[in-house]
Amino acid sequence: MSVRRPPGTLAAAALIARKDLAIEFRTRSAFLAALTFSLIAIVIFFFAWDATAVGAVDLAPGVLWVIFTFSGLLGLHRSFGVEEADRAIDALLASPVDREAVFLGKALANLAFVLGVQAVAIPAVALFYNLPLTRVIAPLAGIAVLAAIGLVSVGTLFSAMASNTRLAELLLPVLALPFFVPIVLPAAQSTARLLSGRPVVEAMSWLRILIAFDIVFVVACALAFPFTLED
Amino acid sequence: MTSSNRIADRDRFDWLLAAAVVAMVATFARVIYFTPIEARQGAAQKIFYLHAPSAFIGLYVGFGLVALAGALYLWLRDERLDRIAASSAEVGVVFTTVVLLTGPMWGKPIWGTWWTWDARLTLTLFIWFVFVGYLILRGAIEDPATRARYSAVLGVLGALLVPFIHLSVYLFRTLHPMPILLKPGRPSLPSDMLATFAMSFISLSLLFVALLRARYRLAETRDALEAEDSADVSSVASLHAQPVR
Repeated sequence: MSVRRPPGTLAAAALIARKDLAIEFRTRSAFLAALTFSLIAIVIFFFAWDATAVGAVDLAPGVLWVIFTFSGLLGLHRSFGVEEADRAIDALLASPVDREAVFLGKALANLAFVLGVQAVAIPAVALFYNLPLTRVIAPLAGIAVLAAIGLVSVGTLFSAMASNTRLAELLLPVLALPFFVPIVLPAAQSTARLLSGRPVVEAMSWLRILIAFDIVFVVACALAFPFTLED
Repeated sequence: MTSSNRIADRDRFDWLLAAAVVAMVATFARVIYFTPIEARQGAAQKIFYLHAPSAFIGLYVGFGLVALAGALYLWLRDERLDRIAASSAEVGVVFTTVVLLTGPMWGKPIWGTWWTWDARLTLTLFIWFVFVGYLILRGAIEDPATRARYSAVLGVLGALLVPFIHLSVYLFRTLHPMPILLKPGRPSLPSDMLATFAMSFISLSLLFVALLRARYRLAETRDALEAEDSADVSSVASLHAQPVR
């Protein structure tokens, strides 16, 4: 029997991401829950405001990005919750892969999850709020990806921490939401600029914050992740 | 044995805390009775003597210490650093709560509103949220080593978050100017007021240090008790583990 070498960091990350997505694809529990939650929230938000006083175009960016963070939380907290059952996390840690690869793999699976929800939620908001989506679809997709990277890097780290505490999923929003402020605010503000027909350049100062946040927190969370695992 | 002796000493009177309380009383007396009333803002301006030093100490010293001690803990793994971080977070939250309570009391008569989404106010509120979350996290973990590592990670990330929140709320405010940004630039204080301010700053710093020390000692005592408890449990367990003859 030939000796198989352990996979490199990126290959291991891809394997872990594939494992998580396979679990999710076979159960579909969290994805459908997050999707349904998003659609219900989109509808409820519309009725929470007086449609004759606040225009749907003014309401949409805020609704979109608030729902984005909350549905993201739904996916994030099971990212490590699923490893707690039968202490699957122990097997993951005992396997010959870097801790960074575990973080990267988890984060990639979460990214796919969040972007999957976005791919349905953004058209749904456009439909219900009557937005000129075709005109802004490319820059809006870019904002969604930038926001998702930041959300997922912080969220994956905090999910690993929260799953090890007595409060478990209750703790995740308490820890993560303040960190989502520099994501939601720039994303909502630049979306608002785009939807009101302004050029992308006007949103650049917001997008710069988003890009800087992504760079700083992807690095910081990857470095901090090994500290959140049992030694 | 030395540690339990040191802990037994703790039952004695906390002179530093007593001195801090006396200094605070003296400061309040000076603020209320011996400092002139500001011409435009009236008596409400006196909140400034409590508000501004508390903000500086709570936000910069208190939370700076949490991040610094957290980073050092991840490097050195010294449990004393974790106790410093935990104590500083708790006292920092108290000081920041004072800031968030006294601010609106001043804002109502001067700005005409309790709250406004000014960059500084918003930033202070979010830092407060992060550190209340920090305390909740600490309360949710039993194992001391895990608790120390997790809270150190959160403390360091919190310090990284502050410039980002600052940038975004600042951009938000400048793009949507508020009608009530009457907050004057720092006026040059008359010497009477400056002396009161200096006195207040010193007393509040003293209070911070005294509370930090008291809280640190509490953490030390608690850890010693927990260690004793677990030692008792394991000795009882080893007794039971002995075969019956």
